[in-house]
Order: sequence, then C-alpha cells, then structure tokens
Amino acid sequence: MKIFEMNKSDAILFLCFSAAILAGPILLTPIGAGYPDLLQKFAIFGIFALGFNILFGLTGYLSFGHAAFLGVGSYTAVWTFKLLSMNPIPAIILATVVGGLFAAAIGFVSLRRSGIYFSILTLAFAQMSYNLAYSVLTPITNGETGLQLAQSDPRVLDAAFGRDYGAVLPSPDFFGISMSGYPGFYFCAIMLIICFFISMRIFRSPFGLMLRAVKSNQNRMNYTGLNTRPYAQAAFVISGMFAGLAGGLMAVTDPLAGAERMQWTASGEIVLMTILGGSGTLLGPVIGAGAIKYFENIFSAFNEGILMNAFSFLPESLQHLAVGITSLFVGEGWHLTLGALFMLIVIFLPGGLMEGFNRIRNRFLKRSGDGSGGTADTVPAAAE
Amino acid sequence: MSILSVENVNKRFGGLQALNDVNLEIEAGTVHAIIGPNGAGKSTLLNCFVGRLEPDTGTVTFDGKSLLGIKPHEINQTGVSRVFQTPEIFGELTLLENVMIPAFAKRDGAFTMNAWGSVAGESDMYQKAMDMLDDVGLAEKSNDIAEQLSRGDKRRLELAMCLVQEPKLLLLDEPTAGMARADTNNTIDLMKRIAERGVTMVVIEHDMHVVFSLADKISVLAQGTVIAEDLPENIKGNPKVQEAYLGGAHL
Repeated sequence: MKIFEMNKSDAILFLCFSAAILAGPILLTPIGAGYPDLLQKFAIFGIFALGFNILFGLTGYLSFGHAAFLGVGSYTAVWTFKLLSMNPIPAIILATVVGGLFAAAIGFVSLRRSGIYFSILTLAFAQMSYNLAYSVLTPITNGETGLQLAQSDPRVLDAAFGRDYGAVLPSPDFFGISMSGYPGFYFCAIMLIICFFISMRIFRSPFGLMLRAVKSNQNRMNYTGLNTRPYAQAAFVISGMFAGLAGGLMAVTDPLAGAERMQWTASGEIVLMTILGGSGTLLGPVIGAGAIKYFENIFSAFNEGILMNAFSFLPESLQHLAVGITSLFVGEGWHLTLGALFMLIVIFLPGGLMEGFNRIRNRFLKRSGDGSGGTADTVPAAAE
Repeated sequence: MSILSVENVNKRFGGLQALNDVNLEIEAGTVHAIIGPNGAGKSTLLNCFVGRLEPDTGTVTFDGKSLLGIKPHEINQTGVSRVFQTPEIFGELTLLENVMIPAFAKRDGAFTMNAWGSVAGESDMYQKAMDMLDDVGLAEKSNDIAEQLSRGDKRRLELAMCLVQEPKLLLLDEPTAGMARADTNNTIDLMKRIAERGVTMVVIEHDMHVVFSLADKISVLAQGTVIAEDLPENIKGNPKVQEAYLGGAHL
C-alpha cells in the first residue's frame, strides 16, 4: 500500500525499533528494567518525547509547558472511563483530541512570540492550567485528591452493551484484557510504535522539511512565499496530541489523574529527555526518555543500606565518608545525578546520546572501511 | 509594458526623509539598475517592494496589483523574489533542501500540510532543484550543509533559491558585494543568462562594472529622490549624477 511506502533504510530502522520495543521485557531484564511498571513508563514517555521533538527538534520552538497537555490527556481519559466506557480506545482517542484542542488554543496565543518569550508564555499557560486544576476547576479535576474512578460512575457505553462490573471498582480493560502489567505495556508499546511511524513520516515529508526551515531561517521562509505561523501552529498541535495521548495512556495503565502531572517540573523533564537523547533526531527522544526514566528508577531506589554494602570493602571510617558523599546523589537526591549527567552531555555531546552513538559508529566504519574509499555515509559534525 | 510601477512613494524615519516622492516604472523583461551613493534610500525602496517596509504615502503596483498592506509571503506568491545583501539561506540544511523548499512553495502555496508524503519521492521537485543547482554551478555540493559554503557560493545558492520559483520579478540587493573579480564575472554571466529568459530584474549595485554590463536602464537615487533615469550610455555624462556621486568631478 502506498501510504506505508518507505525506503529501505527507513524500513529497517522501523522494523528494528518495533522489534526492540516489543522485546523490551526480555532485552531489559538483564539491566533490571524488565518489569511492567517501568516498561509502561518507557513507552509513555517515549510517545511524549517523540511529540515534543516534532515541535522542539524540528521547528526549534522550546515549549516549557507541554506537561499541561499531558495532564489534560489524563483528565480526559479518566472522565471517559467514568462517563463512557472502561475500554481504553475511546479514552485515548478523546485524550489525543482534547490534548490537540488545548494545544491549538495555547499555541495560537504563544506562537505570536518566538524565542525566550514563547517559552515563557507556554510556561505561564502550563502553570495557569496547573493552578486552575487545583483551585477553580475542582469540580472537574477533584483538586488535590486527584480524579478517581467510582463504582457509581455512569459508563453509558458499557451499560448500553450490557457490561456490568458488579460491586467492585472497575479497572480499564481492552475487551476483557486488564490494562495493568504486561498487557498494559504492550498496549502502550503498540501506541509507541504507531507514533514512531507517524513521526518518521513527518520527518521525511515536505511538511517536515518546512518545519526544519522554520528553525533555520524564518525570514527566508517569508520571502520565499511560505507562511511560517501555520507550520509552527501545526507542529504545536501535533506535539500536543502526542502529549495528550501519553497522558491518556498514563490513565489507562493507572486510572487516576492528578494536577501534579501538569507542574513545570514535568514540563522541564520532557525538555531534558529530548535534549539528552538528541533533539531533532528520530530515535534520540525515545532513548532520552528511556534513559531518564531508567536512571530515576535505579538511583532513587538506592538507600543507605545498599550503599553501606557496596562500600563494605573499605575501612570503616572511609566507608562512612564514601556513603556520606554518594548518598547525596541517590535516593531522594537522584536529581543531582541527573543534573550532572545532563551537564556532561550538553558540554561534551551537544547533539545528545545520538551524537555519541554516531561518533562511535563512525569510528568503527572508518576502521573497517579504510581501503574501500570511504563509502561510509556522512553524519553531521558536532554542532559547535 | 511596465510590470512594476512606483508612484509618489514617501518614507520617513524620524527626522530623515529616506524616500522623497519616488516615481519609478520597471519595464517587463528588462534589467533595471538602481544606483546611488550610500544612504540614498536604495535598500529602503527595495524593502517597500517586498513588504518589509510600508511606505508612508504612495503606491507600489506589481502586475496590476498593489503590493502594499500584504505580507511578504503573499508578495512572493504573486511572483516577486528577492536576493538579500547578506545571503538569507537555510544554513543548517543541505543545498538541495535549500532549493527544494522554494520549489515546494511555488508548487504548493504558502501552507500545505503534506505530512504523509516523502521528500525523497518528489522526483520532479528533486530534478528541478538539481537542474537549478547545476545552473549556478553548485550541483556537486548538493549534499553539503549550506552554512559551510563560501560567501560567493552562498549568494549563488540564494540566487538559485529565487530562480527555481521562476519569478516574474527578481530583486537583487548588491549581488556581487564582497566577491572576488572572477566570482563577480561568473555572477554577471549567470545574470545575463537569467535576463535572456525574460525575467525582469531590479538590481541595486555599487560596482559600476556590473551595472554597465547588465543594465538596460539605470535610475540614480540620491537623498531619497530619483535624480536621473536613462539608458546606461547617457547616465555617465549626466551632470546631476556626477554631482551626486563625485561632487562635480567626472565619472
């Protein structure tokens, strides 16, 4: 079929990506990440980062308010569960649509400015949404407690199809398959693969080329007969839809929505993920999202007992010193590690982890392809 | 037939009268040079043609339609392309992409949500862009990043980006400034070839060698006023022009 047409290297990349995601539970077990809760997070934040990358990576507009769309997606999904059906399909469709509508409104206003002013505007809108969710909108968001399911919810579609959950609190299920654990992960994983495919198509399309032109030189675009605003607006809405979908999936795997999902720290996290992995690259944001969620999980799980064991080979006074220092970087303080890691990446690999991979690959290709006259394809040099 | 007509255009910046009742008729299919000393208002005038500046009073009509009050991209879509004094290109993209973008703009208009197609699959656009790069002598560099080009090559690239749109009117702001003599001659040859295709050109230029080898007609601007408009052979002897340029000495 023509709509699924792609060139050979893209097809290989897509197949490898899909295989790696689907085999995630097996591949990630050796590094201690092979359990469903964490895998779900990988997939969900991967989608969020893919969407963010379409805005930030392609057009260069740095939004500091994307968590708002994530939160909106979550609330929409939980309301869909409450009012329509426990099936995740309507929930994620509505979450995507509502995320996109929100993005259309916020983008319409924010995109009147560029650069730092754009970032500040998006940040302001996201903080406004967060505060509204906590205060005025309590009837919709259930404020601090967070929006939860209740046994007495109407669920009109379920009722219409004669689905009765009885006297227990229902949980989302896909035609009878519960959306927690591995089924939940595979549901998110398939969404991630679909999103990756869409993102790949956008990257390779004339539309994607125009988005990169927006980042490169808006002045030239205008004098070339191109209207930059609708391009930036479309990118903003698409990224908002991805974020809405990610928020919806959060509610699918854990049917609860709280305002803290919209806080600015969450918006900042997605910026970190994208830059860490390599903004503007296809795979980078997914890798960045995975890396941050993985390290968050590993480092925050460390406590003093584990550290004491790890340094038990040292004499006692040194052991206490070593534990004293390292404990700053783990557990609650894992953000310190993240910060240090982020600084190292930005200073030494401005193109993110993807740039690191490409450098390693080039070194290998150079070594093995010395006699062949340099057939190795060119990789953009360090952005310095 | 005049393709661009400028009538009684005034533009004031604070206390400075940058353009003072400028009248200009550009004939279709000709190369019209605008010369004048620094600060004469040449670039200001060009900016009024492409929507970067709005004249205080007066009219600018292109092909029967007013160019005032519409946005730069709309002006371009009517068939006006501009080469800037400092090349405006897409620095991070390849030369091929740089030329394909204007080609898409010409074919698809100011905004098209073609997010499912593939750039690589657009063989017509690819061929068009490659032919254009070949025309300006940059075909071998088509996969280079535009930022890495020399200044002269960047100008040639920008020219290719404008030409691929097959504009009716091409505006050039000092197309050879800062070029070595050999590069300048190449550019003159290129512009002669463009002129032969019937593209109307308005050239702002300081280099008299360029002006006199290209222009069909010359307007001289001084202190915001057109002081002379004539054929190249008559301009040199015009006393007003000599006065403006050299304070009376012979050109």
